[in-house]
Amino acid sequence: MTDSTTLGLVGGLLQAVVIVAGAPLLVGLMRQVRARMEGRVGAGIRQPWRDLRKQFRKEPITPRGTSEVFRAAPVAMVAITLVVAAIAPFVTAASPLPGVADLFVVVALLATGTVAIALAGIDTGTAFGGMGASRETTILALVEPTALVAIFALSVRAGSTNLSAIVDSTLAEPSAVLSPAALLAAAALVLVIVAETGRLPVDNPATHLELTMVHEAMVLEYAGPDLALIELGSAMRSAVYLGLLANLFVPWGIATEAGVLALLVGVVAFVVKVGVLGAALAAAEVFLAKVRLFRVPELLAGSFLLALLAVTASYVLA
Amino acid sequence: MTATPAPPTPGATTIGPDELPAHATGLLAGGYRVALVAGHDDRPAGGGLRAVYLFTRAASAAEPQRRVELHVPLDPEHPRLPSLAAVSFPTGRFERELHDLFGIIPADHPLPRRLVRHFHWPKGWYPMLSDAGAPPEFGDVDGPYPFRAVEGPGVYEIPVGPVHAGMIGPGHFRFSVVGETILNLKARLWFVHRGIEKLFQGSPLDRCVELAERISGDTSVGHTLAFCAAVEDALGITVGDDVLRNRAVLLELERLYNHVADIGMLCNDVAHGILNSHAGTVREQLLRINDEITGSRLLRGVIRPGATSLRVLPDPTALAALADEVAEIVDLALGHSVVRDRFTGTAVLTAAQASDIGVLGYIARASGLTVDARYDHPWLPAPLPRPVPHTTGGDVLARFTVRAAEFRHSVDTIAALVTGGKSAAAGEAEVPAAAGPRSGVGIVEGWRGTIVHRVELGADGRPTRVKIVDPSFFNWPALPVALADTIVPDFPLVNKSFNLSYAGNDL
Repeated sequence: MTDSTTLGLVGGLLQAVVIVAGAPLLVGLMRQVRARMEGRVGAGIRQPWRDLRKQFRKEPITPRGTSEVFRAAPVAMVAITLVVAAIAPFVTAASPLPGVADLFVVVALLATGTVAIALAGIDTGTAFGGMGASRETTILALVEPTALVAIFALSVRAGSTNLSAIVDSTLAEPSAVLSPAALLAAAALVLVIVAETGRLPVDNPATHLELTMVHEAMVLEYAGPDLALIELGSAMRSAVYLGLLANLFVPWGIATEAGVLALLVGVVAFVVKVGVLGAALAAAEVFLAKVRLFRVPELLAGSFLLALLAVTASYVLA
Repeated sequence: MTATPAPPTPGATTIGPDELPAHATGLLAGGYRVALVAGHDDRPAGGGLRAVYLFTRAASAAEPQRRVELHVPLDPEHPRLPSLAAVSFPTGRFERELHDLFGIIPADHPLPRRLVRHFHWPKGWYPMLSDAGAPPEFGDVDGPYPFRAVEGPGVYEIPVGPVHAGMIGPGHFRFSVVGETILNLKARLWFVHRGIEKLFQGSPLDRCVELAERISGDTSVGHTLAFCAAVEDALGITVGDDVLRNRAVLLELERLYNHVADIGMLCNDVAHGILNSHAGTVREQLLRINDEITGSRLLRGVIRPGATSLRVLPDPTALAALADEVAEIVDLALGHSVVRDRFTGTAVLTAAQASDIGVLGYIARASGLTVDARYDHPWLPAPLPRPVPHTTGGDVLARFTVRAAEFRHSVDTIAALVTGGKSAAAGEAEVPAAAGPRSGVGIVEGWRGTIVHRVELGADGRPTRVKIVDPSFFNWPALPVALADTIVPDFPLVNKSFNLSYAGNDL
């Protein structure tokens, strides 16, 4: 076994564990930051884990008339996100499946998770499920091209769409982070993450108003362990997206060689980076309001333009 | 026709059903509005059924306020009334209520569907009749009760409620939607009829006051005041100036804590939660002031017929400081481009629509109407000058800024009322024992709008009939009208900008 394969396997396992265990804490942290900034006490960062424990202990229950699609979607979403959590460069730049840690594969995997939940929303046959799915796919259709183009702008420099290669190239050439292409791509990716993880100003994760929901409307019919899986999956998606953003632009600390210390540094660096990004996102949300639904395409068109500029810049200015 | 007892109100006109349209049309043309229509079952007193129409006209510089009552005795075997729905939309709704609660048939009504009547009430059961008996078990559904189907390519329906995700009253909303645009909205209410008007009948007055405080939880002062004013009107009690002043102060305090809650919630509904948190702290400070003044955070337990004594008078400087804080919250909200964008032009209710529907309160004022019972039907010894309206757009923004302006105006009103070292205690007027049947009307501008109570007292001084009209009864039909061509995700915001009462509507 080569050094890189060992690192990939150990690191892949490690980062999957860190993301599963830490994602609910990330959500808790974001809620806590928002609560404190709004002058509230907040429930503490472990509250999402308490909620998950409560939900997992409940009996599984599904609405009458739903099919296997409804039952399979939460597992599919968590499984797909888990694959991304294991293969993308988070704790280590090496990957257990180097061929799969590709820009297009990762973006497509994450989109598949969204599609699974949207299908489950339609499967319930309720107006809310369909409405949420319709809104989510509209947003997805606008977001995916932006995500692809933005990360593609970064891959131009590395000469490969492999995420590990992109991270390695940034590590080798730190000044590239401040290039116009990288900055434009970063701005576009931030908007992508806001839209994909259902944060303000696109979706309000804290609302109880069923008619305004996007993500929550699709999962209204879930309860018990299925709901827990959905919430865990959503939290993992947030962690994965923020982790990608962090390591594509600020990869320092990521483990490049096998070793307990290197991996430990990798984990700590990853947790700190994602925590800081999450806190910053939550802090920014305090100053935002939700835009009218029909304004969301304008916002996302803007992010696509940024991504396109990033690609252009990476060729013209490189 | 059975023998009818003489109408207990001096000045009220008793007419036959056939004369009603001519009388009503004349009054409406003369600038009157239909404030209340009440059914009465006089059979225990040896009469028949009776419908009472109360018309009111606002005070103007030239003329004082006016009230006209029309009493229409009806044959209890075949109670029929000519419908006035063609000349007055709110009257048409009152007539449907008469039908559902008393079995009085409005002849030639353009929309003779159920209004108050719950889907599961047994057929032919009219709860307000004296022989209705105990509420029956829910039976089979009473006939088909379809929603208007909107058809066309891509049209679908979204049913919401009556159980909602938030802590709100029960109401079923049926949206007919293309994409995200609302083509048609039908709000179906009246899921929890409490029979509260019937609970008043035969109860001692102190018990009735407790009931009035609980008609609509956030409008304790408004409804209690309207009830007490109606009783005082019936018994001919003259209350002292200091009692009237205390009542005016309480009415404005209720407006303050409700308006600031709405201002915060409107910000929250566009996900700008930090302003809601700040508005929440202002509301809490106001509730503590309420507690200090009355011993009740919701201002209960101080208004009684003939009396209203406070523990202390509110401190105008403390309220002025809160008004400054609210002004800052409003400035922050309107200075936020996304918040302003969400408010502006959303769900416009035009002045013509508002006036046709008979809309009351801040919703009417946001659409440019001047209706306000504080000035239309003044009862203070020195009437206050009517404020000049400055927002008339009829959209969510107008309903937001009207609340903000009214908050400041209420604080100024309280300051004007309490300055001059007056004492909080007020002399009590004696409540005389009733001698024979009496009736009276109370009209009060609650925080949501004009509240009207009409009370008939029996020989024992206890109510034989109380009719309650909350402004929400007039305002609910305006919500679907304003929502035409609005998008579905904006509905919660628009609904909050109206903030109509389920409890005040569903008695």
